[in-house]
Amino acid sequence: MARTVTTRRKTLNTAFAWAVGLLIFFPILWTILTSFKTEAQAIASPPIFLNFDWTLENYAIVQERSDYMRFLWNSVIIAGGSTILGVIVAVPAAWAMAFVPSKRTKDILLWMLSTKMLPAVGVLYPIYLLFIQLGLLDSRGGLVVVLMLINLPIIVWMLYTYFREIPGEILEAARMDGATLKEEILYVLTPMAIPGIASTVLLNFILAWNEAFWTLNLTAVDAAPLTAFIASYSSPEGLFFAKLSAASTMAIAPILILGWFSQKQLVRGLTFGAVK
Amino acid sequence: MYLKNALRAATALTFVATAAAHAQTITIATVNNGDMIRMQGYTDNFTEATGIDVEWVTLEENVLRQRVTTDITTKGGQFDIMTIGMYETPIWGANDWLVPLDGLSAEYDVDDILPAMRNGLSNDGTLYAAPFYGESSMVMYRTDLMEKAGLEMPEAPTWQFIREAAAAMTDRDNEINGICLRGKAGWGEGGAFITVTANSFGARWFDEDWKPQFDQPEWKDALTFFVDMMNESGPAGYATNGFNENLSLFQQGKCGMWIDATVAASFVTNPDDSTVADKVGFALAPNAEGVDKRSNWLWAWALAIPEGTEQADAAKQFIEWATSKDYIELVAENEGWANVPPGARTSLYENPDYQAVPFAKKTLESILSADPNNPTVKPVPYVGIQFAAIPEFAGIATQVSQEFSAVYAGQQSVDEALAKAQAFTAEEMEAAGY
Amino acid sequence: MATQHSRSVARFMMAPAVILLLGWMLVPLTMTLYFSFKKYLPLRGGDLGWVGFDNYVRFVSSSTFWPAVQATLVIVGGVLAITVVLGILLAMLLDQPMWGQGVVRILVIAPFFVMPTVSALVWKNMFMDPVNGLLAHLWRFFGAEPISWLSEASMTSIVMIVSWQWLPFATLILLTAIQSLDSEQLEAAEMDGAPPLKRFYHIILPHLGRAITIVILIQTIFLLSIFAEIFVTTGGAFGTRTLTYLIFQRVLESQNVGLGSAGGVYAIILANIVAIFLMRIVGKNLDA
Repeated sequence: MARTVTTRRKTLNTAFAWAVGLLIFFPILWTILTSFKTEAQAIASPPIFLNFDWTLENYAIVQERSDYMRFLWNSVIIAGGSTILGVIVAVPAAWAMAFVPSKRTKDILLWMLSTKMLPAVGVLYPIYLLFIQLGLLDSRGGLVVVLMLINLPIIVWMLYTYFREIPGEILEAARMDGATLKEEILYVLTPMAIPGIASTVLLNFILAWNEAFWTLNLTAVDAAPLTAFIASYSSPEGLFFAKLSAASTMAIAPILILGWFSQKQLVRGLTFGAVK
Repeated sequence: MYLKNALRAATALTFVATAAAHAQTITIATVNNGDMIRMQGYTDNFTEATGIDVEWVTLEENVLRQRVTTDITTKGGQFDIMTIGMYETPIWGANDWLVPLDGLSAEYDVDDILPAMRNGLSNDGTLYAAPFYGESSMVMYRTDLMEKAGLEMPEAPTWQFIREAAAAMTDRDNEINGICLRGKAGWGEGGAFITVTANSFGARWFDEDWKPQFDQPEWKDALTFFVDMMNESGPAGYATNGFNENLSLFQQGKCGMWIDATVAASFVTNPDDSTVADKVGFALAPNAEGVDKRSNWLWAWALAIPEGTEQADAAKQFIEWATSKDYIELVAENEGWANVPPGARTSLYENPDYQAVPFAKKTLESILSADPNNPTVKPVPYVGIQFAAIPEFAGIATQVSQEFSAVYAGQQSVDEALAKAQAFTAEEMEAAGY
Repeated sequence: MATQHSRSVARFMMAPAVILLLGWMLVPLTMTLYFSFKKYLPLRGGDLGWVGFDNYVRFVSSSTFWPAVQATLVIVGGVLAITVVLGILLAMLLDQPMWGQGVVRILVIAPFFVMPTVSALVWKNMFMDPVNGLLAHLWRFFGAEPISWLSEASMTSIVMIVSWQWLPFATLILLTAIQSLDSEQLEAAEMDGAPPLKRFYHIILPHLGRAITIVILIQTIFLLSIFAEIFVTTGGAFGTRTLTYLIFQRVLESQNVGLGSAGGVYAIILANIVAIFLMRIVGKNLDA
């Protein structure tokens, strides 16, 4: 990385990149700002950028109408549970594919991905009936399983690409030293794969958090996550930009903060084997 | 789950002396309208009185429909009470999916519910849902702008007058649109509005043999008139405006007239939300000259109990509470008479306190003049004014209204849209076996 | 290298994932196939008997079918084109030395964390609303007539919203790939006096081939089934009715489960056609 650049070029790069970054981020920024305005200020013409009376009123109204913490907690459990379960199922499979590849490995991988193409709306009816039979409607457990299955192909694939980058010789060496399969996975493979596993977990947590079809249609009260929370704010009567912004901010804030804090891990691992 | 049950058990033990029934919880699916949200605020009163806990699932209208329809057709049993409308109730009632609301207490006084509402929420004379609030539609207009335009709104205007007035009130430079109307796709949004407009031009959805009528001149007249008027005097992008968007525009003072649900009257005259609260007048919904049918619809948001719930009794208790005279008084006491849920009970309109509310009289008149059995001048095989109460209607009307919205957005002509609507509706009706 | 023993262990380790996914594929698929041959109208008493291929014929012969396929392909294609092109440019920009690179990267990836429903709501109401939207204010500021985005430019609007959500994903993957590029090779080319465009075509782009394939593959899977963005913004009006949305209308709005299920089977077929097409490219690229 010994590219030498002039300060002038670096300044230009910086200015341009910041401008683009802010432009992309702007819708989120605007939503957050609007959530602190009064309804009248939210639609003021010309728009008010910063110079308004900051208020928490909208958050109070939203909280009064719906118990945010309950929705948040369900989101955490469902997204977290499905991700953990998914990783537990996927690690052995990805290990096997990466280190004991056969002719069919690639076919299996691609087949797994193709299961994601079943359009959810088309199978709502069958799945709903199935859930009634199994007594899983409005249960977190049921959603954990469904979201795990939805994201499993992605988890397997991501882990597979990380594992493949681990040189086989290391494992051979460990085996020579008499390591069992369990030890091999636990003490040799896992430490090396931690960045990969971390970013897999993060990405799938985000995907599960944002899944809005099954989480909305298979829940009512006990298991309803933030996607259901936001569904009651999409078109209230009268002026609602500020309240909508507050509800939106509440729905995305946890995942946004998590994403920012862990962006190094996320970025480091997010290659899907795109880099050789 | 265990923790929750344990908690519940503990709570029940603690309060065992006061309310043994505290363990009972009913789940209610409802729409995120202002009146419903207000009701959620008063739920504690109900719980105190009966010991029954209430869980709310509040959803936006489209999501709610999707959610409750899936649940009722599969007998999912997720809800003890569902908030449904005048369209669903008779259909679901006929399928025996709803618990009949009979044996209601004497003080509930079921005969006090406006006959129009009671009929609309019944099937074969059995009441299946209790109206929380009912509505028709009427003209809301800005008295100041009307005066400025040098015009006077008659009690019962014609479409031709409305169009002239709209043109006269329009002031593009000051962002004032003469008229704001629904253009948004969806059978309950723009679909409902264009249907009642068509009714008042003498058009109908189906003839007596269930043949779609979009190829008839009345539909063309109605749609052409609507599009021309909106292009002259309507707001930009009205093709995506529904009830909420128009309410917001009107409250901001950007509309001269707005023809929509009578419940909106209370929102536009509420000084907390509306910048034009003291300058609003009301008139009956218009008709086309020479057509003896006004363009007012009839609708109710009502509470119904799905068959199969184990808590039918508790649910019934809640419905009796929420749609009672006492509830209306409770709201009146705390929020003023203008904010009570309107359109459901005769006694409300006989109450002198409520008669003083500026929009009470026109609302009642509009509701009373709406006749679901004779929505238009020609005979029809269906019941319903802005809809036809058959299971296929929602799907068909949503797609038809999407074609119309494309006209409003300037993407196709009136003739093209009507031809597509005709073909599509015929196709669907044939598939349904008519 | 792999012994018989390790093969059977491998098979055993893959079993849970494979069996679960097989179940997740077969159970709904079987039920969808079953319904698709039935006249099944929940609001008219439910199961009304077998109808052979009626639903399939009706679904394709409906005037709404081909426009829906077209809308689906336009959205997928449009978003892919935008995210890949802008993603490459953005990745190259972020790869340059600058101050506050970490912060810029945070700003760029943020949209990926926003739920589709929220992003659709925010764009629809606060940006694209023709009266109070920010874009309308901007247009008016420059003296132009505000556009009613979701009706007049419905397709563009949806492609814009979805691209905004997926651009971070593309950028990140492409950025990782660019960062792995041998900078000496680039410098050598620079020394040789190769103009920037030439360097881009001959060194950077070939290097990104694999990453681009991955971006296209993963995004296509997600884009084929987008729903919330359309449900919230246009409700399928103004030519934005995709195949997924058409199925939704059949199943939930028209309450015709048989017809909707037949549509579901078509959607699976379409998805698999796209998939096979993709796999051929990806497969080649993945082996390399």
